[in-house]
Amino acid sequence: MMASEFVALSLTPVLIAAFAGMACALPGNFLVLRKQALIGDAISHVMLPGIVVAYLISGRVTTWPMMFGAAGAAIVSVFLIEIIRRLGRIEFGAAMGVVFTAMFAAGVLLLEQSETSEVHLDVEHALFGNLEMLIWLQSDGWGSLLDLNALAQMPPQFFRMLTVFLLICLFTYIFWRPLVLISFDEAYARTIGTQAPLIGLLLVIFAAITAVAAFDAVGSIIVIAMILCPPASARLLTNNVRTQVFLSLGLALSATLAGYILASYAPLWLGFSDTVSAAGMISTLSGVFLAFSAVYGRHRKRIV
Amino acid sequence: MLWSALSLSLGYNATLVTLGSSLLGAAAGMAGTFLYLSNKALISDAISHATLPGLGLAFLMARGFGWDERQLAILLTGSAASAALGLYFVTLLTQKTRLTQDTAIGCVLSVFFAFGVVLLTIIQTVPGGRKAGLESFLLGSTAGMLYSDALLILILSLFTTLLLLVFLRPIKLITFDASYGETLGFSSRRVEILVLFVALAVTVLGMKIVGLILIVALLIIPAVSARFWSEKVDVIFLISAGFGMISGYIGSTISAISPSLPTGPIIVLCSFGVFLTSFIFAPQRGILAVALNHHRFQKTVHLTQGLLLVAQGQSIYEPKTHRLLRRLGYVRADGVATEVGNSMAAKTLLNERRWSHWNKLVRDSDQFDDQTVFSLMDIEKKLTQDQINMIDQGLVQKQQGQV
Amino acid sequence: MSGITLVSNRGFTLEGQTGQDAPLNIRGMTVSYGQMPAVYSIDLKVKSGSIFGILGPNGAGKSTLLKAAMGILPVVSGQISFFGKPLKEARHQVAYVPQRTSVDWDFPATVYDVVIMGLYPSLGLLRRISKSDKAKVAESLSKVGMQDFSDRQIGQLSGGQQQRVFLARSLVQQADVFLLDEPFAGVDAATESAIMLVLQNLQAEQKTIVVVHHDLSTVTTYFDHLFLINRQSIAYGPVGEVFTKENLTKAYGGKLGSTQLGTIGL
Repeated sequence: MMASEFVALSLTPVLIAAFAGMACALPGNFLVLRKQALIGDAISHVMLPGIVVAYLISGRVTTWPMMFGAAGAAIVSVFLIEIIRRLGRIEFGAAMGVVFTAMFAAGVLLLEQSETSEVHLDVEHALFGNLEMLIWLQSDGWGSLLDLNALAQMPPQFFRMLTVFLLICLFTYIFWRPLVLISFDEAYARTIGTQAPLIGLLLVIFAAITAVAAFDAVGSIIVIAMILCPPASARLLTNNVRTQVFLSLGLALSATLAGYILASYAPLWLGFSDTVSAAGMISTLSGVFLAFSAVYGRHRKRIV
Repeated sequence: MLWSALSLSLGYNATLVTLGSSLLGAAAGMAGTFLYLSNKALISDAISHATLPGLGLAFLMARGFGWDERQLAILLTGSAASAALGLYFVTLLTQKTRLTQDTAIGCVLSVFFAFGVVLLTIIQTVPGGRKAGLESFLLGSTAGMLYSDALLILILSLFTTLLLLVFLRPIKLITFDASYGETLGFSSRRVEILVLFVALAVTVLGMKIVGLILIVALLIIPAVSARFWSEKVDVIFLISAGFGMISGYIGSTISAISPSLPTGPIIVLCSFGVFLTSFIFAPQRGILAVALNHHRFQKTVHLTQGLLLVAQGQSIYEPKTHRLLRRLGYVRADGVATEVGNSMAAKTLLNERRWSHWNKLVRDSDQFDDQTVFSLMDIEKKLTQDQINMIDQGLVQKQQGQV
Repeated sequence: MSGITLVSNRGFTLEGQTGQDAPLNIRGMTVSYGQMPAVYSIDLKVKSGSIFGILGPNGAGKSTLLKAAMGILPVVSGQISFFGKPLKEARHQVAYVPQRTSVDWDFPATVYDVVIMGLYPSLGLLRRISKSDKAKVAESLSKVGMQDFSDRQIGQLSGGQQQRVFLARSLVQQADVFLLDEPFAGVDAATESAIMLVLQNLQAEQKTIVVVHHDLSTVTTYFDHLFLINRQSIAYGPVGEVFTKENLTKAYGGKLGSTQLGTIGL
């Protein structure tokens, strides 16, 4: 395969998926430790009504209104879950189940009622993303990475995902201590003056931002799988938070690279004429990694 | 139109679908109650997402064997098998590794679903795959449903509901108190497997109508709503079944009248409407009642504590208490009690002393309850006049004894 | 009113405490779960420099009292101050040791990782951990006899060791008042005496220690002041005055048999 062809057709999708995967895995570590693993699942469901409402208001299927709509819906859902949980004294998981199904149902209904379904805004797109479409036609081999003009022509999703990834890294770096503290002992955290509820909320909001940025590029499935599978696998491989976080980044990265190759090239090598969903394959592979960690992981067993 | 729909005279298919979703709603309501009350509500989310790869594989295998790959029974069997496998993985991850249940659920649902998507993209490329309409299982679609499919769903739903009803007693018992149930000879593990089986059946049967993404709502929302109305397990089961049934019935009826309204979302939104009503208006646990009771309780506490301080001639430091007493005209701005305030204070103190004496009298009897704060209750409303007279005599004697 | 003279029956008056700057001062505190008061109208002044026991039967609201004082639970009414200041201003003077069972010990951390959490307030978000910080951790660990366990995974600790780690975490805070929630629950005898020794040393340094406790047999040896509670205040004062048969019967009701009272020497 020619280098220029690889750079043009595969480099950007791979990079975008890799940044998306790592950006998801990072907050995922703390969500797993805080036993809020399923919040990613909820967020990726409620983005649909947000997108539809944004479309109905703006009348356009363009990136930014959709992103704002999705982010708005995610934040609304987080607050709704919190209100229902606290005021109704309902367990977190159940409160989440009520909110995300109701909001998703409202989204589907709105979608069917509006003309939106005629333009390219369907559930499948939100689920699967369009990773394979994020090509960089203006490139001409690896040298283009140094060519500012060519770089400017890269799919905007690349810069968006990169920014979000760096933002999440920064957030995790700055708030490392409180994040670890509230994940281990929230009550104690409060007694030494940590704004535990605020940090917890920030964590969820950052996870939501990642989910929103990622779904447009790679679809919701990757989001849910990458928030959970790499951190869960990493948890079974190490007994140290810091190592766990770095391992989860590595696992997310490897799942992305290997998954993309499996989806886009392996079928062709095997003689099939069509590729399969890269997003689906990447997520599946992250599950395979988890399966291996669950069977062979050094720290897979619970001690206490 | 509405009447003919509600009275089930909209034609065979619509009637079958309506009956089917009502039954599924009821079964899901009951199975969901068990799951919710044992903190496993979201396990249904894993079940539903895990159906997708089975759906795809069943389709591909049926093609391979040369069967009719759109045969609903084949597709449902495949879905059920992969959902069961997903469920097995959730249990395995939770029991054999240190991962918690929510993480296990999330991992299984996302990976199974993702693999299902991979299979769907493969199916898109095989001849006839694009037209197979497997996507309709994601969001459900009753339009164009075959009569035989509707009948199959109805019969299986009936079977599921009956199965649940037969075993309802042990299920309720284990939900109420697992260890007590065990002593009566019911295995909580078997009950759980049974309930998960029912949840799986509901999911698979409801897929065509409600869609696999939204089917979890049937297993969660009615149970959560029912919890607001009662503290008794028996009653919660009954209410939850009712809520599920009504949502299924109304939802499928509405979408039968106007086909532009998709069945699944309408059923879920009906269910959510029931939830909202319960959440806000339920008499004990609803948020209005809770807020009102809490306000009243807080007032009683502040009033009682404040008036006791007045009675003891101590000053009131708590600003809230002070404001309350001022607003009621019991104390003046400078903190000195008014005449009404003094008489109220005396009354509160008397109440306190009477309770205290009563507690002394009953301390050794089985009427004694040391962990109820009696001071906040009006003794004249709780005890008979005779009892109060007896207490007062005791108090007078004690006082004379001291003098 | 049946001719009854109305005298306060609230059991005791709060004398002997001068000033409002007691290490912990609670006035009229009520905390409720729903409509049920978990603790009602608690007045409590902790004497400076004492080892102060909070004693009562199960469900009496001992832990609730502590949690509410630390701002973890909301109060229905009441005022709480530490050294005359609200908690917000006195945070650095107060150290709280939660119940050992309140956290999931299957957390990926070592003993060192947990103890250094006590330094987070002074470390802030990003300040590097210095040699002297590490020395503080090591010193606290050796005070509780866990100096050799610094790199041990917390999941591998016994209950008693977990409790010592929690105590060490509070020690690095270098607070003036320590609030311990059931530190002796489910720990071995060696740990119990080790913890008690640490607390006595703290007392010698003029620190104040508040301990939620449930074991009647050790009350007189462990504490110099006692607060008896069963939802409401039962009695308060020096151990010798409070730890009487009458008060205990008031707090525990019929649950306390005469044989039990006999074994604790009452």
